[in-house]
Amino acid sequence: MKLKNFVIMFITLMGVWLLLNNSLAVPILLSGLILSIIIPFLFCKHCEVFTYLKFTPKSMWYTLLFLLTFLKELLLSNLDVARRVVTPSLPINPGIIEVKTRLKTKIARIVLADSITLTPGTFTIEIIEDSLFIHWIDVKSTDVQEGTKLIVEKFEKYLEVMYG
Amino acid sequence: MDKEIVELIGGIIALIGSIFLLLGSIGLLRMPDSYNRIQAGTKASTLGTMLSVVGTWFFAPEWFGKFIILILFVLITNPVSSHVLARAAYHIKIPLTPKTIVDKLKERQLIDPERSAYRKKVKTQNK
Amino acid sequence: MGSLLLQVAIGIALLAMLLSMVRFVLGPNKVDRVIAIDTMTVSSIGLIAFIAILSDSIIYLDVALVYGILGFLGVIIVARYFEKGF
Repeated sequence: MKLKNFVIMFITLMGVWLLLNNSLAVPILLSGLILSIIIPFLFCKHCEVFTYLKFTPKSMWYTLLFLLTFLKELLLSNLDVARRVVTPSLPINPGIIEVKTRLKTKIARIVLADSITLTPGTFTIEIIEDSLFIHWIDVKSTDVQEGTKLIVEKFEKYLEVMYG
Repeated sequence: MDKEIVELIGGIIALIGSIFLLLGSIGLLRMPDSYNRIQAGTKASTLGTMLSVVGTWFFAPEWFGKFIILILFVLITNPVSSHVLARAAYHIKIPLTPKTIVDKLKERQLIDPERSAYRKKVKTQNK
Repeated sequence: MGSLLLQVAIGIALLAMLLSMVRFVLGPNKVDRVIAIDTMTVSSIGLIAFIAILSDSIIYLDVALVYGILGFLGVIIVARYFEKGF
């Protein structure tokens, strides 16, 4: 167990505890401190996903840009799916396509697959080696290169800098 | 700013959120197969819930901690549950709608069936 | 004015849950039913937040959080059961 993973877990737990309690009284602080030290010791077997988190200014800046891109995509694609749902003829064109990713680390792939899943219209079904299999409600292209450009690229360029 | 105006803005945002929830449910009813129902249902409701929680935030700004936790919780758990459901549905061979134009995952499994073999091996090891 | 809008929003969210319930009853296969349950759980988080504001008690937000956690775990467990059948 690395110290860095332990510290990240501790800070996350402590933050959630303080937000939930919404106060800084001494008993709450103390009990939160004790619990957030005990829980990582017991359950940090899978914490190695945090190993590749970086906290340089550049990665912070790209995290912010990534969040903005993500929120924009979330809104636009939600409106798109809503339009499809209320149109009487139900204009869907579904299919499962394959796209490639250049990302190697575990956490970058998790964030990529989660962002693809959260934008309506696309979700990840399976990851085999470096290809993601994506169900797309309106297939614009069945080609691997073309699909990668349309779905993955916009998130990948930020994630590549954030997690390397 | 006047409290009345703040509450009006919050109410409008909450109303938009609940309309998204309604659209998600209509999609759930209208879509032809399970995969498209996941597209419409569980994910239109993500934005709907987030907007609802943000809208209620305007009414009680002093409860900000719980609202942040709720939004983060929805944002983190929702993609996981819809991915897990979709993978389970594909694994137990829930049929795709006849409108489907391409299924690359099936082609891949026909070319190299190692993945399903791997699943079986893991299953027997667990027993 | 704001609370009137919230009451309308509660009505719309309830209608949404009713429509999901229809899918739950109709659902041709088991995965459709789980999807309907998942949608209802996520919608009800928003609904409980509205009710918390109208009745002015913060404890309902904890209820929403716990309800969300239970729904999430339920979906994960049922999906694992479909896939591996333990």
